[in-house]
Amino acid sequence: MSTYKVPTMAEMAGKGETPEVLFWVGCAGSFDERYKAVTQAFVKILNKVGVSFAVLGPEEACTGDPARRAGNEFLFQMQAVANIQVMNGYEVKKVVTACPHCFNTIKNEYPALGGNYEVIHHSQFLQQLINEGKVALQGGGEFKGKKITFHDSCYLGRANNVYEAPREVIKALDVELVEMKRCKTKGLCCGAGGAQMFKEPEPGKKDINIERTEEALATGAQAIAVGCPFCLTMMTDGVKNKEKEAEVKVYDLAEMIAKDMGI
Amino acid sequence: MSFLPQLVFLLIFAAAGWIISKRVKFLKRNILLGKDTERNDQADARWKTMLLVAFGQQKMFKRFIPAILHFFVYVGFIVINLEVLEFVLDGILGTHRLFAPLLGGLYLAAMNFFEFLAVAVLLSCVVFLIRRNIIKVERFTKPEMKGWPAMDGNLILIIEIVLMIAILTMNATDQILADRGIEHYLAIGTLAFSSMIQPLFEGMSDGALVFIERFAWWFHIVGILAFAIYVTYSKHLHIFLAFPNTWYSNLKPKGEMANMPEVTNEVNMMLGIPSETPSDPPAEIGRFGAKDINDLSWVNVLNAYSCTECGRCTSECPANLTGKKLSPRKIMMDVRDRAEEVGKSLDAGGNGLEDGKSLLGDYISKEELNACTSCNACVEACPVNIDPLSIILQMRRYVAMEESGTPSQWNAMFQNMETSFSPWKFSPSDRFNWAEKVKEEEMK
Repeated sequence: MSTYKVPTMAEMAGKGETPEVLFWVGCAGSFDERYKAVTQAFVKILNKVGVSFAVLGPEEACTGDPARRAGNEFLFQMQAVANIQVMNGYEVKKVVTACPHCFNTIKNEYPALGGNYEVIHHSQFLQQLINEGKVALQGGGEFKGKKITFHDSCYLGRANNVYEAPREVIKALDVELVEMKRCKTKGLCCGAGGAQMFKEPEPGKKDINIERTEEALATGAQAIAVGCPFCLTMMTDGVKNKEKEAEVKVYDLAEMIAKDMGI
Repeated sequence: MSFLPQLVFLLIFAAAGWIISKRVKFLKRNILLGKDTERNDQADARWKTMLLVAFGQQKMFKRFIPAILHFFVYVGFIVINLEVLEFVLDGILGTHRLFAPLLGGLYLAAMNFFEFLAVAVLLSCVVFLIRRNIIKVERFTKPEMKGWPAMDGNLILIIEIVLMIAILTMNATDQILADRGIEHYLAIGTLAFSSMIQPLFEGMSDGALVFIERFAWWFHIVGILAFAIYVTYSKHLHIFLAFPNTWYSNLKPKGEMANMPEVTNEVNMMLGIPSETPSDPPAEIGRFGAKDINDLSWVNVLNAYSCTECGRCTSECPANLTGKKLSPRKIMMDVRDRAEEVGKSLDAGGNGLEDGKSLLGDYISKEELNACTSCNACVEACPVNIDPLSIILQMRRYVAMEESGTPSQWNAMFQNMETSFSPWKFSPSDRFNWAEKVKEEEMK
C-alpha cells in the first residue's frame, strides 16, 4: 500500500516530467480550515483515478479576483502577472480548480495578460471522469436516495454558463436532486462574490446567505451541495444561523464523490 | 375641395420631424459623451442576438404574464404603424382609406387584424396600469420610481389606451357614415371590434359623426407624432434603442472584467518585464476607473438610455432583495439622468461635465457600489441586455485607485494580498500545509 501523492510542479520539473493538468488549489483551498477537506478530497480522487497532476504548492498566489472586484486593478495585475510568469515557466497547458472565482479569473482574465490555458472547473472534470467510467461510484453510498439541492455559484453559472456539470455529478450519486425556486440562470447569490467575502455587508434588513439558506432549507433537502469555497462558507454559516446543522449538511461536490468512493 | 387640411397636415408632420431630429441629435451627442470602445466584432453573433433578444423578445419570456401582455403591445406597435403609413399618405394626398380599393378583400382582413391588436394593446395597457397602481407589483414601487418615473410609466400607458380608443372610434363612425352612403366614406365590410361600439354613435346626425370621425383621425395621427416626440424624453425610448442596444451586447463571458492596459504597462515596469507595447509615455492617462459619465464607455450610456425601468434587474439583485441601498435600475437611471444634465448644460452654453458635480457622489453613493456581489443577476435579468455591473465595477475602480476610498476591511484584504499573496493573513510558507496530512494517509 502506498500513500496519496501531492506532487508540485517544481518537483516534477526537477525530474523532467510535465503533468497533464495543474490543480489550482486557491487560497480558500489552502488556508480555510473547513475547505481544506475539499482540497484533500479532490487530490484523493485524482490519485485514485490516476490522473497525472501537480500543484504549485508554495509558488501559488491569489489570482487577484477579490482585489480586482474591489476596484484595485494594480494589485490584481501584480498578482496575475506573477502567477502567469510561474505557470508559463512550467509550460502549463491545462488547469483544473475547485474555486469558480479562480476558474473565472484564470480562464477569462489571464489571457489579456499573457496567460493562455485550458481551464476547467472541478465539476466539469468530475463529470468527465464519471462519464469515462474512471470514477467507480458505489451507488449505495451514504447519499443514495437522499434529497440533495444544488446551490449555483454565480461565477460558475451566470458568469460562465456552467449549470449542468455539477448537476450531472450529483445525479451520478443516485440521489434525488431537488431544485430551489431560484436556480440556474436565476440562482440567488450566496452573498460572498465581488469581494463581499472580505467585508461586512452594507446596512440592510437581512444577510444574503440567510435568504439563500432559507430557500435551500425550504426544499426539504438533507444536504446542500456547492461547488465554490465562498458558497460553502456562506451556506454553512446560514445553516448554523437557522440551527439546522445537525440535520442539513453542506458539502462540496468533490467531498460527495470521495465519500461515495469510500476514500 | 380645400387643400387646407393637407397643408396643415404637412406642416404638423414637418414640425414633428424637425423636433424629433433635434432630439435624436441631442441623444446621440449625450450617448457619445461616453468613451470610445470597440464593439463591432462578430457581426453575425450580434445580428443573431438582436433578432432573438430585441426582435424576438426572448428574455422577456422569463416572466410569462408580463411577457404576453408586452408582446401584444409590441406587435401592436409594429403592425399598427403599417396603418399609420396609410394615415400619412391620406393626410398628404387628401384621400380617404387610400389602400382600400387597392387591396380589396385583403384590406378588410388587415383592418380586422389591426382592430384585434388595438383591443389587445388596450386591454394589456389596462392590466399594466392595474399592476402598477392597484396591485402595486413590488418592483414598480421602489424608491427610485417615486415621482416622474412613476408618472412617465402611467402616462405612456394612458396615451396608448387613448390612441387605441381613437382608432376604434374612427373606424366605428367611418363605417356608420359609409352605410349611410355619405360621400367620401367607403364601406369596407364588417369590422369585428369597432362594430361593437357602433351603437354608441348610431343615433347621431351625419354632421356630428363626420366631426367625430375626423377628430379621431386627426387625434390619432397627431397623437402618434406627439407621442414619438414624448418618447425621446421618456424611458419609453427602449422601443427604438432596444435594437442597437442588443446589437452592441457584451458577447464575452459575463464573469470577465475588461482589462486595463494602462495599468498593465505600469505593472510590467514595476516587475521589470518588458512591455509588448513600447513604453512611450502615454500621451495622457485619463482617470483610472469611472467618476463621471465621460469615464464610462458610450455603450454604458446607450444602456442607460435603453432602460425602460422595468426593474427586473432590481427584483433579482441579492443586495436589493435583502434591503441594501443598491438598485441596478437606479444605477442605469442615474447614468441617464447625469447624461441628460450634462447634455442640457452643454446646449445652454454651461459648464457641462465641469459643473462641480459627478455621477459618483451626486448620483451614486459608495454605499450602493459597495453592496454589489457582482453576481450578474441584473445582467441576466435584463430583457434588453443592459449591463449595470460593468458600470458598478468601473466606479469601484475609481474609488479604489483614485480616491483610496474603499472600506477598511477591503484595505486590510489588499494589504494581506500584497504581503502574503492571499486575501487572508496567512504566511505564504504555510500555503502547502494542507497536503501534509493527506500525504501520510494510505491510499485506499
